[in-house]
Amino acid sequence: MRAGDSARLMTNDAEEKQPPVPPQADKPDAPSAPSNTPASDVTEKPAVAGKPAAEKPTGAPSAPAAGTAPPVTPPATAAKPAAPAAVSGAPAKPAGAVAPKPAAPAKPAAPPPPKEGPVPLDNDLVKRYKARFGDGIRESWIDRKQAILVVAREQLLEIARYTRDDEQFDLLADLTAVDWPKREKRFDLVLMLYSFTKNERLRLKAHIAENETVASVESVWPTANWLEREVYDMFGIVFEGHPNLKRLLLPEEWQGFPLRKDYDILQQDDAWVRENLNIESGQ
Amino acid sequence: MADRYIPGGTTVETTVLGADEIILNMGPQHPSTHGVLRVKLHLDGEKVVGSECVIGYLHRGVEKIAEHRTYQQFAPYVDRMDYVAAVSNGLGYCEAVEKLMGVEAPPRARVIRTILTEMQRIASHLFWLGTHALDIGALTPLFYCLREREEILKIFEKYCGARLTTHAFRIGGLQYEAYDELEKDVERFCQDFDRRVDEYETLLTENRIWVGRTKGIGILSAADAIAMGVTGPVLRASGVQWDIRKAAPYAAYDQYSFIVPTGKNGDTYDRYLVRMEEMRQSRLICLQAIENIPAGPILGKVGKVLKPPPGEVYHAIEAPKGELGYYIVSDGTTQPYRVRIRPPSLINLEALDQMVRGHLVADVVAIIGTLDIVLGEVDR
Repeated sequence: MRAGDSARLMTNDAEEKQPPVPPQADKPDAPSAPSNTPASDVTEKPAVAGKPAAEKPTGAPSAPAAGTAPPVTPPATAAKPAAPAAVSGAPAKPAGAVAPKPAAPAKPAAPPPPKEGPVPLDNDLVKRYKARFGDGIRESWIDRKQAILVVAREQLLEIARYTRDDEQFDLLADLTAVDWPKREKRFDLVLMLYSFTKNERLRLKAHIAENETVASVESVWPTANWLEREVYDMFGIVFEGHPNLKRLLLPEEWQGFPLRKDYDILQQDDAWVRENLNIESGQ
Repeated sequence: MADRYIPGGTTVETTVLGADEIILNMGPQHPSTHGVLRVKLHLDGEKVVGSECVIGYLHRGVEKIAEHRTYQQFAPYVDRMDYVAAVSNGLGYCEAVEKLMGVEAPPRARVIRTILTEMQRIASHLFWLGTHALDIGALTPLFYCLREREEILKIFEKYCGARLTTHAFRIGGLQYEAYDELEKDVERFCQDFDRRVDEYETLLTENRIWVGRTKGIGILSAADAIAMGVTGPVLRASGVQWDIRKAAPYAAYDQYSFIVPTGKNGDTYDRYLVRMEEMRQSRLICLQAIENIPAGPILGKVGKVLKPPPGEVYHAIEAPKGELGYYIVSDGTTQPYRVRIRPPSLINLEALDQMVRGHLVADVVAIIGTLDIVLGEVDR
């Protein structure tokens, strides 16, 4: 599956593209048929790869069941049988062994891939968002095949509603934050979304400064109730319009927000511990 | 009365009580809350009109700890979250870091991971069934369930030396090769297990008390379940056929055929049926997997020092309790910049308030049991 990285960047987490309930009728005769068994693929590949180098469609069989890897990449390895061995850094074998090679080294070559990391994204989804919200969509990129949209803090609620109703991301899987203290707007608010109908994931982000508040999305996804409380608890981000914004895990009177970067790992609210537990702070 | 309780708008403390109403505190030391969960129940007579969960008693700051450990050092910590399904936690974490680094475990490692994770799912469901039945008043299933669970824990012990917090997997694959009789042990267990599930079902499925205590209790409609972010067997019992093993296959799940059972009514009885069928399906996955464990290396090419390129990843797996997600942000150093764990128990527990309203206090016990929460994971 790794071999397809570069070409699949444009899809939104392509490996999640399979329909929710793929047919599995082929079990008895072909347990090893699906794509993740390169070892068995090698046997059929040499015949393919050794043939006319530029014949594009021949690459397709290497990923039969998944249907996810676009046919573009496998040919890339098949197109120049001699090159991949050199590119991948694996010990290049003489010409006779060249044909089977492209299939095998494709994987081991992956570990330090320069391709990993953010790549700008501009697909239909982003275009729809930009057409509708214009400047409300600040950035968009794809990282490890996962689509990320950075949206304006002021428009978060509006965009959240659109995301649920029109783009059908009906499950808020998670809502969290990341602290970047050196940045002007130190917090990233991160929403992990999933669409049952599209079987796709999307991540929305909003940058929030320390003294800024953000609208609660609890009215859009009720599950955000506790998740926003946890973010408030751990980061001190205040959600406007939240029905019951108080700490979720820590005691209500606790001072400080533990997941901020400037909160030391050994730090505690000593006064609270002394008063409520009748002990001196353990650290 | 009931209409005086503003849904989600106020807390139990600020609610004005009527003449017949009381606040009842349940937990954190109540045996049926499966740990240190405290529920403040707002009662009208014996009827629940509102509830509020108080959690955090087991909070250990796992996400903060992660920022101060290297990627490998943090791996054992995740076992301590859902401690009755440690193997699943480890799988999710290892795969998330692998995704972040752009490596993949070798096929052999992936198949062994799948076998152990499915065994863990069975063990987790068995523990759920035993304790859930015990909460409702059926004492016997607990002994039966723990007997079979013991067999699974023995397999884990033979494989990696630990029974509960196993740390069975490593980033990039496995540390330990499968021991010689692993396939035989798994096969022996699976051969026997179908009959065992039948046995549990004879005790419960048509038991009048069981049916009376679970049917129509804690109903969650599909729309509500999705809105509340509920996942796993709880979501499927509400009729949504969604399983991450099918929707976005990880490990080696794309190689095996299994069905995703769903319920119709979304009540406690359906959740029971769904989990029973899931155990049978997990058994089938294990049987398919041991048939053909590919040869080859068990650890991919990962260095001793892991420095994932800067960026972020969200990886979710279908843990026994629902979607277990890891959101990891890397800044290019050996320590994660941020690790966020999306615990299925926490978010399933959030739906408790909606599910208990209108039921009796005794049903609250059944509903907490049917959510299958582990407080170590709720509080992290």
